[in-house]
Amino acid sequence: MQFMLLFSRQGKLRLQKWYVPLSDKEKKKITRELVQTVLARKPKMCSFLEWRDLKIVYKRYASLYFCCAIEDQDNELITLEIIHRYVELLDKYFGSVCELDIIFNFEKAYFILDEFLLGGEAQETSKKNVLKAIEQADLLQEVSHVG
Amino acid sequence: MPAVSKGDGMRGLAVFISDIRNCKSKEAEIKRINKELANIRSKFKGDKALDGYSKKKYVCKLLFIFLLGHDIDFGHMEAVNLLSSNKYTEKQIGYLFISVLVNSNSDLIRLINNAIKNDLNSRNPTFMNLALHCIANVGSREMAEAFASEIPRILVAGDTMDSVKQSAALCLLRLNRTSPDLVPMGEWTARVVHLLNDQHLGVVTAATSLITTLAQKSPDDFKTSISLAVARLSRIVTSACIDLQDYTYYFVAAPWLSVKLLRLLQCYPPPEDAALRSRLTECLETILNKAQEPPKSKKVQHSNAKNAVLFEAISLIIHHDSEPTLLVRACNQLGQFLQHRETNLRYLALESMCTLASSEFSHEAVKTHIETVINALKTERDVSVRQRAVDLLYAMCDRSNAKQIVAEMLSYLETADYSIREEIVLKVAILAEKYAVDYTWYVDTILNLIRIAGDYVSEEVWYRVIQIVINRDDVQGYAAKTVFEALHAPACHENLVKVGGYILGEFGNLIAGDSRSSPLVQFNLLHSKFHLCSVPTRALLLSAYIKFINLFPEVKATIQDVLRSDSQLRNADVELQQRAVEYLRLSCIASTDILATVLEEMPPFPERESSILAKLKKKKGPGNLPDIDDSRRNVNGNTEHHEPTETTNKSPPSLMADLLPTNRPRPASSSPIMLSAGTMGSSHPFTDLLNLNSPPAAAPSLLVDVFSDLSAPASVEVSEDNFSRFVCKNNGVLYENQLLQIGLKSEYRQNLGRMYVFYGNKTSTQFLSFSSSVTNGDALKGQLIVHAKSVDPVIDGGAQVQQILNMECVSDFTDAPVLNIQFRYGGALQNIAVKLPVMLNKFFQPTEMTSQDFFQRWKQLGAPQQEVQKIFKSQHPMDTDVTKAKILGFGVALLDGVDPNPANFVGAGVIHTKDTQVGCLLRLEPNTQAEMYRLTLRTSRDSVSQRLCDLLSEQF
Repeated sequence: MQFMLLFSRQGKLRLQKWYVPLSDKEKKKITRELVQTVLARKPKMCSFLEWRDLKIVYKRYASLYFCCAIEDQDNELITLEIIHRYVELLDKYFGSVCELDIIFNFEKAYFILDEFLLGGEAQETSKKNVLKAIEQADLLQEVSHVG
Repeated sequence: MPAVSKGDGMRGLAVFISDIRNCKSKEAEIKRINKELANIRSKFKGDKALDGYSKKKYVCKLLFIFLLGHDIDFGHMEAVNLLSSNKYTEKQIGYLFISVLVNSNSDLIRLINNAIKNDLNSRNPTFMNLALHCIANVGSREMAEAFASEIPRILVAGDTMDSVKQSAALCLLRLNRTSPDLVPMGEWTARVVHLLNDQHLGVVTAATSLITTLAQKSPDDFKTSISLAVARLSRIVTSACIDLQDYTYYFVAAPWLSVKLLRLLQCYPPPEDAALRSRLTECLETILNKAQEPPKSKKVQHSNAKNAVLFEAISLIIHHDSEPTLLVRACNQLGQFLQHRETNLRYLALESMCTLASSEFSHEAVKTHIETVINALKTERDVSVRQRAVDLLYAMCDRSNAKQIVAEMLSYLETADYSIREEIVLKVAILAEKYAVDYTWYVDTILNLIRIAGDYVSEEVWYRVIQIVINRDDVQGYAAKTVFEALHAPACHENLVKVGGYILGEFGNLIAGDSRSSPLVQFNLLHSKFHLCSVPTRALLLSAYIKFINLFPEVKATIQDVLRSDSQLRNADVELQQRAVEYLRLSCIASTDILATVLEEMPPFPERESSILAKLKKKKGPGNLPDIDDSRRNVNGNTEHHEPTETTNKSPPSLMADLLPTNRPRPASSSPIMLSAGTMGSSHPFTDLLNLNSPPAAAPSLLVDVFSDLSAPASVEVSEDNFSRFVCKNNGVLYENQLLQIGLKSEYRQNLGRMYVFYGNKTSTQFLSFSSSVTNGDALKGQLIVHAKSVDPVIDGGAQVQQILNMECVSDFTDAPVLNIQFRYGGALQNIAVKLPVMLNKFFQPTEMTSQDFFQRWKQLGAPQQEVQKIFKSQHPMDTDVTKAKILGFGVALLDGVDPNPANFVGAGVIHTKDTQVGCLLRLEPNTQAEMYRLTLRTSRDSVSQRLCDLLSEQF
């Protein structure tokens, strides 16, 4: 995977994760272009599209679009399920996640993503294991806060 | 405030985020952010040492501001300090900041690397993971240098925790992608392969990705992974779905790992070991069988995960391309998906079948689905799915179904989305040529292409039909008759006029016997289109007329009258004027013999690679173009003939072999015409009378060479022939003569622009003392700043050099800068001046707005001097899609659903200059019956309204 973007129906970027080195300028350009392209698509259309030499896989959950760019050889359907698993992880962690959770706890959204995907590849696909790792960290956090 | 706040919330951060969300406008947001930045800056600079919590909070705020899209130029040091905090949350925020906002400041990199090193050595798995995530996220060279040898050690150490192994594996993968030279292979590689046997499926999942990446680069070193991967895969596909516990996803056993293992196996050919091979075949069969089982869940996640594995298995089957039964089963499975109710599956089935079509074993099986695919083309509502259907039809096409497929593509073209029209045109042109058994069909097909989608028929396509007609005398009469009939259409496309002009000029004599197409009728027909055409086409028609004078002495007087008329001889366009003068003169002074020699029929074109195919390849990228190589059909045992079955009299070019050079068609320089030109005293190589090979507007005409000494041009006139072509586009050929071609590529952002100017030396001799500069007229000075970088003073024969021009728009402007070029060619000094297509509209940024906003602003700009309106006659066919493309190319956003009349076009944008920004609204109302347009522009500045109106109204 080359990058993942989360943005709202209004086109506001909520999370961005880049697995390839790009300048800030390029990132902004790509984001602008893709947000526009994806938002312009109608609900019943397919979740995949060709864009430059990449494949875009996206899915909408309530007000948020999750959008991944993968390479020619990569598997579209499994990427769709990567998105779903990430949503499940957020949901479990925040308890019925909504856009606001991701806005106000953006750092958590990044931490969870890092436990699940690293370098653009699935690192740990077990929901239990990912959440265990995050909860352990939260525990460390509370202990250190008290102490 | 959020409903949930896990861990230790940072109240100050939450308040700040709330504030930002409450900002009513962009300005208010920026104001709030600047206030916060000032506050943080003063805290960081303050004398009082900040505690860890405050530092963390401020760093987190900076991160939030950065992620909103603002630049952050401080706080890095504070973030680095957090890395060495022993409080986990502080360290974590520090790492997040570094991962997102890497700065290649060398001092900091050293500090960061130190902190990472400490954490890697801490033996605390949570800290180690943070450090590894940071390396994987940043992946910079400096980090690779520091850690590339350290990480393999962590990965294979016996006492490393599973979660750390996972991070280490993917961290190494990332470093291998960014700096492969720095990741040393060594004894650890064998131990990495054995991670495929690990108890922990998470470790296997991460390791499989790493091994795949490494195996792609050095397959031999990782060969042992094949048997381990097959064994692992076999255990997964035969397991009951509960065996794998949390690695089962919606009743599918370890789908991610399965996909990765199948992907790894695609780095290798089928296993040589028979037992291993049959075990793999069993796995693949099991996966195919499972597709036929009833679903274990109705959830889409279940079917997606299951099918993800299935598609990856099919990819492997196609990659191996060795088991006919598996290939045919895969094809049947995809055939079922073609009619599935899930759009996603239909899309993927079409895509996957494209590759199956190129296998000798499954080509025939794919072909059986032709009706379904054609139906998809007609009924799919999503353009990306229709695009896949076009690709598949192209891939499955062979001689047996070419007529049907080409006919379907043609009929689809009538309604196709304009984004994919050009590609379909190219595909139809290629298939029609490749599978033409009789050339009348080929000619009909191309003329249909021009009729249906004339604007999308590129030069390559219409050049090609002419070349084929010239090279095949069995089709010349038919072609002449067909173009003659096609030209009778009241609104025929300009490309058809070009083809018609060329073909009648060469072969009109073949149909002249029929009184309905007598020479005079032919001439009148062509000439009736003359005044509607652009300059290059008119130039081509003039050349056709001189050819007529040779073919039909009886119309000589009529044509001479036309050439002699003021509208020709005193035409404002220098090229047209010159042709008229010279052709008239030639027809008066030359004897019949000389005329016959000079205007002889074109010689056959040499065989070269098709530029159409090259163009399609370029458009699609080599990987994406389904291979329709003929070797497949031969292996396939199909009775395909490369050579046309009928014989030809002169130099029979196989239609499959390609006739054209990849760049621009250019006939052999030793053609008879050049010789005849030589006998008339010209020393310049010249080949093609009708200038088929270069844009006629600036191309040399034969008679220039005969009557004037071109090597020492007397005065420099500023060429602006192509200027208006660049109003709605940024790239293309700006200027061309027989020595030099100038191409442009340009990009604009807000009030800045950059133009790449390419100077191509068309000769085989060096250009010396080459220089080029840009001058602005008096009015333009102060409005537009152009900075030209220097350019190499020598351009070798056949070579191309590039010059970069940087531009800044200071205020709105009307004039255009001039590009002055000087160089020495064979001793003579050449001077060329070309008007640079930099227009005000290049500094547009499109603006999307709602209907309500649009009309509100429209009313606000109601003052008489703010509006400019122009009513004008259309100069091109009134095609909605073309008009849309032009308006978008002009730089504004096209607003749908704003105008109550759907036939009208409404656009909005902002012109960015250094001094100011000018909002602009426009409305274009076509009247198809009268072939007229009304264009209305409203901007806050009258000079801008006027200039934009002038520019845009010339385009339709």
